[in-house]
Amino acid sequence: MSDTPSEKSPGLASRRQFLSGAAALGAGAVAATGARAAGPDPLITEVQDWATGLGDGVDATPYGLPIRFEDDVIRRNVDWLTADTISSINFTPIHALDGTITPAGCAFERHHSGAIELAKDDYRLMINGLVDRPLVFTYADLERFPREQQVYFCECAANTGMEWAGAQLNGVQFTHGMIHNMEYTGVPLRTLLAEAGLDLAGDLSEKWVYVEGADASSNGRSIPMDKALDDVLVAFKANGEALRKEHGYPVRLVVPGWEGNMWVKWLRRIEVTDRPVESREETSKYTDTLADGTSRKWTWVMDAKSVVTSPSPQAPITHGPGPMVITGMAWSGHGKITRVDVSKDGGKTWETARLAQDGANKALARFYLDTTWEGEDWLLQSRAIDETGYVQPTKAQLRAVRGLNSIYHNNCIQTWHVKANGEAENVEVS
Amino acid sequence: MTDGARFGLGREALPEEVAAWNVDVSPDGTGLPDGSGTAMEGEPLFEETCAACHGSFAEGVGNWPKLAGGDGTLADADPLKTVGSYWPYLSTVWDYVHRSMPFGNAQSLSDDEVYAIVAYILYSNDMIEDDFELSRETWDQVEMENADGFIVDDRAEAEYAAWRTEPCMEDCKDTVEITMRATVLDVTPEEDTSPTEAAT
Repeated sequence: MSDTPSEKSPGLASRRQFLSGAAALGAGAVAATGARAAGPDPLITEVQDWATGLGDGVDATPYGLPIRFEDDVIRRNVDWLTADTISSINFTPIHALDGTITPAGCAFERHHSGAIELAKDDYRLMINGLVDRPLVFTYADLERFPREQQVYFCECAANTGMEWAGAQLNGVQFTHGMIHNMEYTGVPLRTLLAEAGLDLAGDLSEKWVYVEGADASSNGRSIPMDKALDDVLVAFKANGEALRKEHGYPVRLVVPGWEGNMWVKWLRRIEVTDRPVESREETSKYTDTLADGTSRKWTWVMDAKSVVTSPSPQAPITHGPGPMVITGMAWSGHGKITRVDVSKDGGKTWETARLAQDGANKALARFYLDTTWEGEDWLLQSRAIDETGYVQPTKAQLRAVRGLNSIYHNNCIQTWHVKANGEAENVEVS
Repeated sequence: MTDGARFGLGREALPEEVAAWNVDVSPDGTGLPDGSGTAMEGEPLFEETCAACHGSFAEGVGNWPKLAGGDGTLADADPLKTVGSYWPYLSTVWDYVHRSMPFGNAQSLSDDEVYAIVAYILYSNDMIEDDFELSRETWDQVEMENADGFIVDDRAEAEYAAWRTEPCMEDCKDTVEITMRATVLDVTPEEDTSPTEAAT
């Protein structure tokens, strides 16, 4: 092992390229507590440029991007998944993130006819159907209603969907990265529905709202009235700023705990109806085929789920044996995460990890297991439990009920095989 | 604030505005406009505006969606889900084609053209004869193969009841074997940028 910290180890550098960033960080860091330096570290003993010269002025970057050394923390696309990149998906680099808030600039995208550009001045929101007064709002109107602010996860129904039949993609970004978690500001949908008046709708327990976007795909979905009046937000800010174009600027729907497809972006119309529309996105798509050929529809809630984000295939152990942190994230559409267990032996034994903060309602939780690795093989798993007592199932448990062709709602326990060299692989275990 | 919960924001939507945007069609046919078309009329339209992606017989090109075929495959290892084999409602076909197709030039088809193209898709699935005139009047004569193939989410009964139990912590299984590895498939995108080299 090199004793010059700034020099890359040739052995590590020759590996798959996406390991190289981590390898550079790891080289030289192997010295455990109490180890003796071979010689004085020139990064300390020699005066460095940044300690003598000047950095950038405050006018250099009116709106900044991450420092260049973090250039691998980016969304990634898997080109064979879809016919083109317009009706397609990309993936949040969750292997490199910590905490719970997803930076909007690398938060995943899923479009059906591309990310459209819709100016606030051109924006209109219509409420029609079984309402007392069909209404049209401008963007400016929406900012005049009382607001709410909440953190929620948005998980694509298809997250982990490519893993139904087996271990396929070798990276947590690809197996679990169709998710982001942001702090939203917006107007409760119930406030807007009240403005239009629901007396005409009559018995609300039987009513629905049909929501659609301004884009060509429209992404129309039907939502039962009790959810619409509960916690759905018409949001215009995420993580403190306006929504990104690709996340629905200027207005999107936030449907806490429910599958991402229903979080309609570029929201343009809300129709109160006495029946579900049974649109393309709730018949042909976002229906879950079972082993006998029948299919579940209206599988709205995303069940409790977790995954270890580090170590993982894109985040190998590069520091050698000794103290280390296993970390990951957990979430549930049913409410708060109350506990996450971690197994290093493929589920034979479990230990309870530490939640960084108390679980928040329908939002990501961060867990840590502060532990020691002695270079042994691990079959690393995590298992989420939510406030309803639901325990994240294994893939075998899910398959026993659903078969292999559900496509959506794969919340199985993930296994990483951590090897003696610190690399990790996506595997299935018995 | 007026009328109790009301704030008096927004303005009344005009009938022309509602008509322009409120074009969804429900399973009972609500929302279908006047007009009609046959598969014979739809064939040249389909060839011109749809076949480049969906194939001349709606069988699909490359990775683009197949709209026909797959009858009886839903319980197979590799089901083929099409309008014919999977979609439960004809309304959805009309609504989706009318609103969102062709891909890249949506909302460019007249109502008659949509009727004709939908008729051609049905004909390609052997669901109607080529001279069947599809319209609001003949709508409910078309039988959808998989109309009864859907159940409402039953996870509460089929899964939650069994999985809301205190989980095992020790000696949970005797042996653990690796049964599948992602690197065998090797379909994960390779990264060709290292953070330091990509910097400029």
